[in-house]
Amino acid sequence: MSGDYLQNYAPLLIHLLVAMGLAGIILLLSTIVGYHRPTRAKLQPYECGVRPTGDAREPFSVKFYLVAMVFILFDVEAIFLYPWAYIYRDLHWFGFVEMLLYILILLAGYIYLWKKGALDWNR
Amino acid sequence: MFAPIEDLYRLAPELVLCTFGILVMLAEPFVPRKRSGLVAFLALLGAGAALAATRLSWAHPGTAFYGLVRVDDFSIFLHFVVGAVAVLVILGSRDYLEREGLHRGEFYALVLFATAGMGVMVSAQELVTAFIGLEISSISSYILASFRRNVPKSNESAMKYFLLGSFATSFFLYGVALVYGATGTTLLSRMDSASGNPTLLRLGLGMIFIGLAFKVASAPFQLWTPDVYEGAPTPVTALLSSGPKAAAFALLLRIFDTVFAASQLWVWAIWVSAALTMFAGNLAALVQSNVKRMLAYSSIAHAGYILVAFAARNEIGTAAVLFYLVAYALMKLGAFTMVTHLGGEGERRLEINDYAGLGSQQPAAAAFLTLYLFSLLGLPVTAGFLGKFYIFNAALKSHLVWLAVLLAINTVISAYYYLRVIVVMYMREPQKEWAATPIPRAVGLVLVLTAAGTLYLGLFPNYLMEFATQSAVLPR
Repeated sequence: MSGDYLQNYAPLLIHLLVAMGLAGIILLLSTIVGYHRPTRAKLQPYECGVRPTGDAREPFSVKFYLVAMVFILFDVEAIFLYPWAYIYRDLHWFGFVEMLLYILILLAGYIYLWKKGALDWNR
Repeated sequence: MFAPIEDLYRLAPELVLCTFGILVMLAEPFVPRKRSGLVAFLALLGAGAALAATRLSWAHPGTAFYGLVRVDDFSIFLHFVVGAVAVLVILGSRDYLEREGLHRGEFYALVLFATAGMGVMVSAQELVTAFIGLEISSISSYILASFRRNVPKSNESAMKYFLLGSFATSFFLYGVALVYGATGTTLLSRMDSASGNPTLLRLGLGMIFIGLAFKVASAPFQLWTPDVYEGAPTPVTALLSSGPKAAAFALLLRIFDTVFAASQLWVWAIWVSAALTMFAGNLAALVQSNVKRMLAYSSIAHAGYILVAFAARNEIGTAAVLFYLVAYALMKLGAFTMVTHLGGEGERRLEINDYAGLGSQQPAAAAFLTLYLFSLLGLPVTAGFLGKFYIFNAALKSHLVWLAVLLAINTVISAYYYLRVIVVMYMREPQKEWAATPIPRAVGLVLVLTAAGTLYLGLFPNYLMEFATQSAVLPR
């Protein structure tokens, strides 16, 4: 492998080293220099000021996963609308029709989910 | 700005497959359970329409979408292969799904989507497009492998396939990244002329080879195959062993032949992999007692035979690969369809010893299975024989004498486990009485088609071989 080629990546490597070094130094300094007076309250897991109740590691209903999955799917797909909206004027009718097709495919997925009862919480 | 209508013609098979896939998904919740045959029919129509669309796009050769995909004889040949595989799998799976109480439209939709992905793979002219095709087909197959949701083995199969498959895909993607880093382009056609770092390019091609070697189940990346093939529903196994394998080999040929000079460095790796794959498949198949596992190992061995032709690295070799892919798909689909039918409810009858006495109890089933096994072994008058002959020829033309010798040795080894099944079927007394269920019409059609194809290619290979030779000319 030629040396010239990899030299392009030298700044990236330096950046990585500096970032890791800085994080390491900060963590190290705060452990060495800082005061340590642990109390019961301080050692509790942080939960927005509310007293924690029970363990977080318990089985959830599988419905949560389904909803989360559907949410992520549609959320990610909605992101594609942004670049389209940005160059909407340039694309004109072509872009409009393309987006229409895209939304139609999403709609097909939505109808499928609905009819299958994935949105029905009490099922 | 508008995509030329020509471009849409060139993508017609994929468009048709995706449209029908979505239609099947939409129809599934609306069609009442009793009329579920309608969904299967719609899917069959879609796969048939994809074949027609392939014929249509044949009339419009050239690249489309700024060189991302390319329609030439090579891609058309393989489109026909994967399309025909989809038709046969859909035909053969209806009765199975009804029997197992799994009949859902999603099954067919996933088969159609997987086929669309394979279509993208075989016509891709650019590495990221190829990757997307690979992912579409792989992700659909992962879900298909887990289709028997209540059977732990099926879940195990899907999990193993998913984890190892994603691992292999990441190899492929990393290879693509390295190739891009070396040449500054992901378009295959520009890669040879690009002045770049040759070491990085070769490294990238090596990674791509690893990724695709996993998909075709060649050693030393074949370990997932038996578990996945055994656990998956048998029609899915039939699909996995024929369609994705053909598509992955097509991609391998396309990439390695377009970037010919740089990939010459990896000929030794192909050589080693071919030799290892043949032995790994055949030696392990000797000791299997489960028919599905035995056929899985035999499919590894066949990947090795195809790699021998690939190692020849010339047009005769490419034509031999294409011919063998067709022959292999026919006999493997036939064999797995027969195993599907004989398995009975819950796939309980899968041991080789369960087939004892089949020759006298169900002579038709035994005769079909015997034909497929003869073809897999490579006896004359079957497609498998001529396929092996062409591979042999290609290997000798490229002076790969040792590889040809190893191929011959492996054929002899494989005779033991193929013939054992036949011996058990015809010469052993049945241990248990099995209620002989009649072969359903759709399954019968698949069997007749694959058997006829196997015999036809064994007797009159010229037409297909001419097509394959014509398709083997890839642009450099």
